[in-house]
Amino acid sequence: MGKTIAEKILSNKSGQDVKANDIVIADLDFVMGQDGTSPLAIKAFENMQAKRVFDPERIAMVIDHSSPSPLQGVSELHRQMRVFAQQQKINFYDIGDGVCHQLVPEQGHVVPGDLVIGADSHTCTYGAINALSTGVGSTDLAAGIISGKLWFKVPETFKFIINGKLGEGVFSKDLILYLIGDVTADGATYMAAEYTGEAINDLSVEARFTISNMAIEMGAKCGLMEADDKTIAWVREHSKKDFTPVSADTDAVYAKIKEYDVSSLEPQIAQPHTVDNVTGISKIGDVPIHQGVIGTCTNGRMEDLRIAARILKGRRINKDTRLIVAASSRQIMLQAMREGLMEIFMEAGAAIVTPGCGPCVGTHNGVPSDGENVISTANRNFKGRMGNNKAFIYLGSPATVAASVLTGQITDPRQFLV
Amino acid sequence: MKLTGKCHKFGNDVNTDYIISGRHKFKTLDMKELAKYVMEDLDPDFYSKVNAGDFIVAGTNFGCGSSREQAPLAIINANIGAVVAKSFARIFYRNCINTGLPLIECDTDQINAGDELEINLDEGTLFNKTTGKVISIAPLPPVMLKILTEGGLVEHFKKHGTFNFD
Ligand code: SF4
Repeated sequence: MGKTIAEKILSNKSGQDVKANDIVIADLDFVMGQDGTSPLAIKAFENMQAKRVFDPERIAMVIDHSSPSPLQGVSELHRQMRVFAQQQKINFYDIGDGVCHQLVPEQGHVVPGDLVIGADSHTCTYGAINALSTGVGSTDLAAGIISGKLWFKVPETFKFIINGKLGEGVFSKDLILYLIGDVTADGATYMAAEYTGEAINDLSVEARFTISNMAIEMGAKCGLMEADDKTIAWVREHSKKDFTPVSADTDAVYAKIKEYDVSSLEPQIAQPHTVDNVTGISKIGDVPIHQGVIGTCTNGRMEDLRIAARILKGRRINKDTRLIVAASSRQIMLQAMREGLMEIFMEAGAAIVTPGCGPCVGTHNGVPSDGENVISTANRNFKGRMGNNKAFIYLGSPATVAASVLTGQITDPRQFLV
Repeated sequence: MKLTGKCHKFGNDVNTDYIISGRHKFKTLDMKELAKYVMEDLDPDFYSKVNAGDFIVAGTNFGCGSSREQAPLAIINANIGAVVAKSFARIFYRNCINTGLPLIECDTDQINAGDELEINLDEGTLFNKTTGKVISIAPLPPVMLKILTEGGLVEHFKKHGTFNFD
């Protein structure tokens, strides 16, 4: 009987021939923690009476969520992370380096076929480069950095076959929002999502990250793609590690298979307060926008900044609207500066904040006020997500956010791309 | 393991931002302090209404959203005895096992706000004392039961130094 990508990776890493629903202890290739989860993990590490991590090279901690620190209490937690990283000699990324999910692949820590855990729910992002990566909590993180292992339930797989070609002005963000709207927030709970088909093949690796990043928003454990020539070229450019890509057998057994044709897909919007409350932009009506956000681990990469800059170039944002831009990493910020994109954003009236999570999780950098509408390129629009439970968050592509801050209401970006 | 308490009822898709908002969780590692804000965005008075051992009862996909372990820890520190739901999001599920918060998966349509419940984890039953109904609950796989009964993953590692399920 054939195997899915998830079954193969967990078989390789556990040294057993496993299938869906087995529970295994498997070896980890990489382990990551961020500043919302690492301090608790350090405490658990101490409570577990551990002295050393299993392999400093295979561990990274990142300060990205509240970066730079907005509060004294946070500063203390950051200090604990810096001390731990120094003592244990692990990889460490400090304020301004970027969002964890950009840094881990960009810095070459993860390659195809890897098994990775991160104490952050969007760790599923690296599925785009054929790694089984999944989010865990702080105690799992502590167990992982001590033993280099973790227990896993081998997930069943939900296969998404995406046919057709995305039209001009429609992006991988619109595609994944559409899928989440269709299968709903728990449509793939406990499962691995496997994304395949012509529309996925056509995407750049950067654009694919956006899709795998949001696998968790349909409840999935990971969002896997096969490695094609683009993946291999991208990974070689970023990493010196050897790797063997893993593909699904043709007779693999899937819990669910759904097929789509996205040729006529229009830009999509997730409306407050759930990510699966998705509608096509033509049906959104008049929604005034007070603040736009371009960035986060979902959409703060070069392609995202380039398309936003193309729309904003030579224009001013609406006088009643603000725009916040955060590149996903220092490297991206530097590249955007070299290409003149940051100038375009500044001239359009944007506020540029530190590479990192930006205002995504409501700790700082742009908390909306009561009753305000925000349109963001992030992956979550839960009530209170950006720090105010009386604000309303809409999600869209970078192009849609750029178009919307220009007009001051949710706007189809295609009118600016002709 | 036998648990008794009163039901506090919530709906579907209770996410971790509702359980404990990001605006609180970054401030401190003091879980007693964080516990005061549990479910604040859904029910501002929740913390003060809970008697020790009470249950959170919800619909599907409880605990979806972020990986914050502050969510189960804050629930534990708000003196909740267990969470009962139709289904759980997977990271939250792991975090509960690892931190020692019992989870019960069952049909919660037959439980109303304020009902007195008695849960027997060994027998796999939930007795609704208010309605007199017995509801069967899904059993936990052995690996998870072992971690839970040892008091969570920290205790497991303290005892064995690594994973040990022999
Ligand atoms: S950018 Fe947002 S979603 Fe991504 S890791 Fe940071 S807080 Fe989480």
